[in-house]
Amino acid sequence: MTAVEGDALLDVRGLTKTFPAPQGLVDRWRGKPRKVVRALTDVDLTVRRGETLGIVGESGCGKSTLARCLVRLYPADRGSVRYAGEDVLSLGGDELRRYHRRVQMIFQDPFSSLNPRMTVGQVLREVLTVHRLRPREGMDARVTELLSLVGLPAEAAGRLPHEFSGGQRQRIGIARALALEPECIVADELVSALDVSVQAQVVNLLLELQEKLGLTVLFVAHDLRLVRHLSHRVAVMYLGRVVEVAPTNVLFERPAHPYTRALLAAAPHLDPAHRVDAPALSGELPSPLDVPSGCPFRTRCPHAFDRCVTERPELLDVGAGQQVACHLFDPAASAGGR
Amino acid sequence: MSAAESVLRVRDLDVRIPTPRGELHAVRGVNFDLRPGEVLGLVGESGSGKSVTLRALLGLHRKPVRVTGEVTYGGHNLVGMPERKLRDVRGAQISMIFQEPMTALNPVLTIGEQIRENLREHRGVTGRAALARATELLDLVGIPSAATRLADYPHQFSGGMRQRAMIAIALASEPRVLLADEPTTALDVTIQDQILRLLLRLREQLGMSVVLVTHDLGVVAQTCDRVAVMYAGRLVETAGVTDLFRQPRHAYTLGLLRSLPDAGAHRRPLRPITGSPPDLRDAPRGCAFFPRCAFGTDACLGAEPPLVPLSGERATACVHHAQLPAVGEVLV
Repeated sequence: MTAVEGDALLDVRGLTKTFPAPQGLVDRWRGKPRKVVRALTDVDLTVRRGETLGIVGESGCGKSTLARCLVRLYPADRGSVRYAGEDVLSLGGDELRRYHRRVQMIFQDPFSSLNPRMTVGQVLREVLTVHRLRPREGMDARVTELLSLVGLPAEAAGRLPHEFSGGQRQRIGIARALALEPECIVADELVSALDVSVQAQVVNLLLELQEKLGLTVLFVAHDLRLVRHLSHRVAVMYLGRVVEVAPTNVLFERPAHPYTRALLAAAPHLDPAHRVDAPALSGELPSPLDVPSGCPFRTRCPHAFDRCVTERPELLDVGAGQQVACHLFDPAASAGGR
Repeated sequence: MSAAESVLRVRDLDVRIPTPRGELHAVRGVNFDLRPGEVLGLVGESGSGKSVTLRALLGLHRKPVRVTGEVTYGGHNLVGMPERKLRDVRGAQISMIFQEPMTALNPVLTIGEQIRENLREHRGVTGRAALARATELLDLVGIPSAATRLADYPHQFSGGMRQRAMIAIALASEPRVLLADEPTTALDVTIQDQILRLLLRLREQLGMSVVLVTHDLGVVAQTCDRVAVMYAGRLVETAGVTDLFRQPRHAYTLGLLRSLPDAGAHRRPLRPITGSPPDLRDAPRGCAFFPRCAFGTDACLGAEPPLVPLSGERATACVHHAQLPAVGEVLV
């Protein structure tokens, strides 16, 4: 299955989100200005109908914040999010509820998002009630149907969350999201907490459901192997910016951005014969409290030159559906070179 | 190789943990030898007993947890050794690093004080000599401007730096064995890459042996010389790292490798291991992996299959090891 070119379901433009950093009493009393965590800075991104878009990056890159801004769990500071042409950030009341039916989020740890005293059946019925969905076939039948959709027996409805294993809880989380018949699923580290053997079960379920229900999926994860397997396209984030977007095979076979290249090289290869002595990247991730000027990656980049300090590279098209935010790939400038 | 050459010799290691719903037999008869200078990977999924095993090696379990068996180091059995004597080994000749440096480090002592504490306790080095050595150690683990960072507290370090600092503290006593419990699991992939290379370099420079507990098969492939795979509290396969990835000899190892996405099969269904691991409160009948195994027969259901040696310095507890297909081969 390939995603239809150009049919944007979600269109993100200039999305920016900051959080006030925690501040000590002394600094507050002295009237020191509060520092700001730059979680997202001018993020542009398009999610096409029916595709799986992988979002990868290390901690502090803003991938989870992006996911949460898209489902309106966090209010954005600036920028726009359009869903099928509709302005998402200004929705309120019933319109917002309708949006939440169409775009559902699944979290890494479904256990913490499930009420421990409610049976799985009650959890699913509550979702349907809150969204005023009265299934024609009746509540109980719908609950059974949802459970079977995610490969759980009907008896599961009478059990409490703690009675399930990690993989089963993740299935419950998926069932709850699917109860609203969404068009788009935002999965934040969906299988990261699961063991590999169980991980594969949930991945297969996701693939199957996507095929069956025509879902669009935003797959936020740090596991590059899984992202490569599932995604049609991949966006790489670094310190609140999208630094590269490309079709999956292009990104993994011809990564352009120096950060993408380092990230792929650092991921441990499964072949013991394929060992490298030197680390792919030296240095630490800068703090999102103190994002470098110009290109955020310049402090660790082996190719950085003067322009990277003064000017922030824009995300530019380099062909084959690949976009890169790096001065090395800016045809307008010949300075630096590779 | 003969056991005399091994740095650490583990025999019949058992760990039993009492729980409200009965006794959990978390480690069941584990045997292995750690060779000089090698990195031995202890691999398994959650609940397989890999971390419990590692902690048992150093006597870190407290009552009511029961540990039996032999952990022989320098001619002495560490299991049941009095705490006072054990301290000459633990943190001295055998050091340990953990997944969460923030919980393992003392938050109210500077990094420098924590390194010097170890130097004083285990090497008898104090004063200026200790300060110089502490600087040297921080430098060795790749912390820039080491001399000034000695005065920092753990919270002033980033996650990767804390892990480096913990390694520096562990190395202060110049241990012969380093036990590492998921040392990079909480780290970002570029930092994990740095820490793993660092461990390999230090192993080389200091001639240590390392036991690396991890659930990440990529980390195993990139760091270990030899691998011991754990399932349901037992070792089910041991092999050199290249052999293990090329031709696993236990159905569980094969299942693990097969459940990983393959670069050539974009968006095709993965091949998971069905079901979930057994509850170790009830002793499994026969092979513990049998209920999830695609190759199981009645032959697996007798006594629990022991780890038997094969050619090429490997061993397996799989009854059907000779019939297992290659990792890439399609099941009919």
